Amino acid sequence: MYHRFKQRPLEQLLPWAVPVLLIVIWQVCAQIGWLSSRVLPAPTAVIQAAIQLASTGELVRNVYVSAVRALIGFAIGGVIGFAFGLLNGTFRVFEQLFDTSIQMLRNIPHLALIPLVILWFGIGDQGRIFLVAIGVLFPIYINTFHGIRTVDQGLLEMGRVYGLRPWELFWQIILPSALPSILVGVRFALGIMWLTLIVAETIAADSGIGYMAMNAREFLQTDVVVFSILLYALLGKLADAIARLLEARLLQWHPSYQTT
Amino acid sequence: MTQAIKGAALEIVDLTKSFGPQTILQDLQLSIAAGEFVAIVGRSGCGKSTLLRLIAGLERPTRGGILINGEPVQQLSSHVRMMFQDSRLLLWKRVLENVGLGLRGDWEPKAMWALEQVGLADRAHDWIAVLSGGQRQRVALARALVSQPRLLLLDEPLGALDALTRIEMQRLIETLWQEQQFTTLLITHDVEEAVALADRVILLESGTIALDLTIPLSRPRNRGDVAYASLIKSLLERLLNHDSRSISRSPNRTFSYSG
Repeated sequence: MYHRFKQRPLEQLLPWAVPVLLIVIWQVCAQIGWLSSRVLPAPTAVIQAAIQLASTGELVRNVYVSAVRALIGFAIGGVIGFAFGLLNGTFRVFEQLFDTSIQMLRNIPHLALIPLVILWFGIGDQGRIFLVAIGVLFPIYINTFHGIRTVDQGLLEMGRVYGLRPWELFWQIILPSALPSILVGVRFALGIMWLTLIVAETIAADSGIGYMAMNAREFLQTDVVVFSILLYALLGKLADAIARLLEARLLQWHPSYQTT
Repeated sequence: MTQAIKGAALEIVDLTKSFGPQTILQDLQLSIAAGEFVAIVGRSGCGKSTLLRLIAGLERPTRGGILINGEPVQQLSSHVRMMFQDSRLLLWKRVLENVGLGLRGDWEPKAMWALEQVGLADRAHDWIAVLSGGQRQRVALARALVSQPRLLLLDEPLGALDALTRIEMQRLIETLWQEQQFTTLLITHDVEEAVALADRVILLESGTIALDLTIPLSRPRNRGDVAYASLIKSLLERLLNHDSRSISRSPNRTFSYSG
């Protein structure tokens, strides 16, 4: 992070040169007719589609619906994964009871469950939230478990010598030292959250960004399809930025996050 | 707040500790008066760390017992504090919060007082990661002193420091010990450190006390002193000679017994 402040303006702009150039070439090709708008509409057409969708309120509604699904799924899967990570990391009995089963389930690609999920839940929201929750659960479980397991035993011993009660040992030593690992899990999980939602909304949905894209395909509105894809990229980037912010805030003490 | 705290007297009776078939400490007898500064030296694996852990209540003896002020050690006690070779500070807490770890009620003034004792009051709100090794050990010392312990156990706390910082820390520990009069038990493999600080140096060899030497030098001790230097020399020789003898003797033994 630190070296970025020392960069000169030109160096800061350099990474953007290639994307800007590509967009310009794209626009030119579309305008002189080398690119059919069926294949790839011009960037300006995509922007127009975005403005049009925004003005009818369709955009906001679909983004809202998708975001709510993503967050509910993330919350459910995250809480379950975190809880099992804590229990199995702390108590040997729970690990013996659950870990093998969780590891077995983890190796099933959760998107393979889609046919079953449609049979169970139809094409309602429950099915999509279920899939997101399953996808998010495992990275959070594994990283929480690993974080708790690798707590420095010397610190725990010190805590006992200095009179910390079991509950204080957990809050003041175990949880904070597992936090960097847990946050890695959160970042992984955010990526999986979007991926799962895209697939789930594309296959079976009646609202949301994925539905918007599939609907547009039926009417050959390539500009809307391209815009929907860009939207996912933006939302994914936003989620990652929030995760980074969370890390910088919660791990201030960590040598790798200190700028002074 | 700085009033003198009475140190605790320590009585070790027939202490034996074994892990499986291996006996670490064998029928150890030792009594330490209140306020005394005792150093325990010995080669690695002689059982000195185990002894300290037993006194702290982190391990249970196999036989025998330990009395602190006449009370048997059953579990961890708030009168006993231990300082480790690695500082074992919590990186996610600031210096002041580390010092106040485990304190109840209005802990901040106490933690600040302890930080002042080690000369780090101005670093109270820094993260641990920005401190040097010597500063970290001073924070660890403040954390040990904040609850005004009656018995301070030092498990090679200066082993990882550079020579200059080590001498500084030795002086700091000596000064604080003189002011607050807690009983101190220092484990070290540095004979010079033992002679510089302790009233008594105890040499631990294969789980028993091989030597119990009172250091007659007055304080502050002068490192250039002849008596000081000769004490170190004789202790070192005692440590090394005994060892070389046991090495050269053991093959002979095997021969004589097998023949």
